[in-house]
Amino acid sequence: MVLEVLGTGCTKCKLLHEAVLKAVTESGVTADVRKIEDISVILERGVMSTPALVKDGKVLIAGKVPSPKEIMAWLV
Amino acid sequence: MKTRTANGLLILGLGVWYGLYRSLAFLSEFAVSQTGLDRTSHLGASLEFLLFEVPKVLMLLVIIVHAVGVLRSFFSPEKTRRILSRFPEGVGNVLSALLGIATPFCSCSAVPLFVGFLTAGVPLGVTFSFLISAPMVNEVALALLFGMFGWKVAGLYLITGLTVAIVGGWSLGKLRMESGVEDWVMKIRSGENTADAELSWVERLGAGWTAVKDIVGKVWPWVVAGVGVGAFIHGYVPTGLLSSFMGKDAWWSVPLAVVIGVPMYANAAGIIPVVSALLEKGAALGTALAFMMSVTALSAPEAVLLRKVLKPRLLATFFCIVALGILVVGWIFNLLLG
Repeated sequence: MVLEVLGTGCTKCKLLHEAVLKAVTESGVTADVRKIEDISVILERGVMSTPALVKDGKVLIAGKVPSPKEIMAWLV
Repeated sequence: MKTRTANGLLILGLGVWYGLYRSLAFLSEFAVSQTGLDRTSHLGASLEFLLFEVPKVLMLLVIIVHAVGVLRSFFSPEKTRRILSRFPEGVGNVLSALLGIATPFCSCSAVPLFVGFLTAGVPLGVTFSFLISAPMVNEVALALLFGMFGWKVAGLYLITGLTVAIVGGWSLGKLRMESGVEDWVMKIRSGENTADAELSWVERLGAGWTAVKDIVGKVWPWVVAGVGVGAFIHGYVPTGLLSSFMGKDAWWSVPLAVVIGVPMYANAAGIIPVVSALLEKGAALGTALAFMMSVTALSAPEAVLLRKVLKPRLLATFFCIVALGILVVGWIFNLLLG
């Protein structure tokens, strides 16, 4: 799966990126984690409030950092 | 958690909150009497003021931030955009300023929000109304103003803040400055996001708690500092010290407050100590409110962020119109309230 962390570089965006990487390692799933900072790409995904997490083109959450449990549930 | 359990906890929490809030005066008095200090002495009075005001303001902050956090779980920026793109200017400006309070906003998302609104067909002036109201009229400012200066000052701030956002955005829209938006902005094809999952009531209450942890966790040192400064001034600085040059008779004090406040960047909590100090020393209310509004609504970092999407001329016009609105608000207050 492709996981995209959308964010323009705020602290919360970094937190989400780290949380996603950690969840991927822990769950053992194979995922391509990308960090997207280009604002035009972020907007194309329909997201205005960052950070946001996108899985295979579908926006899972926008505007806040989800708990590790939530992230894990999306991965497996 | 079941809805009934959550509601039970909520009612219980509100009951405990109210009981504690009502007994704060007694508790702080009791605590001071235990230290053996004379309540009428300088130090005793300051200590009692501090022991009463800090918990009071923090408790107000918790309850208001929680309520707004729950309210905001109903309004994602994506939903706000859908609502705003359906209304023309005028009505749109009013809605936009109101939604600026109800929509989660942080200065780091100002640019994506601006572009996202415009490309979805929200008029430029309506977008500006949102951009003025969102940072300026917020729950932290209202909770602190209410706690420290009463509901009248908080209400005035709310109403005048909304007015500046509505009139300012509307005027900017009337200037027809669409060409002042950077060319790349309108080329963006913004998509529609489908993440708007329906939340349960329990999840909304949870969102309120997350907001409390996030916001109160961040601003409490400022509250303590603000009340501390207030307590010190309360006891030691002669009142009326500033009245000669920041009082309502000095017409130029409002523009001066705006000119100093515009480039400054601080959150509402950080600016309250200064405002309480200004007021206590005899500055006029209009001058103090104008200062607070100019600090929260406009700032140098915001100008740098917005420069990415606005050409210099529109950016300057935006700052001038908002500053002018704040100036007028300050003058009107000083004129009406003595």
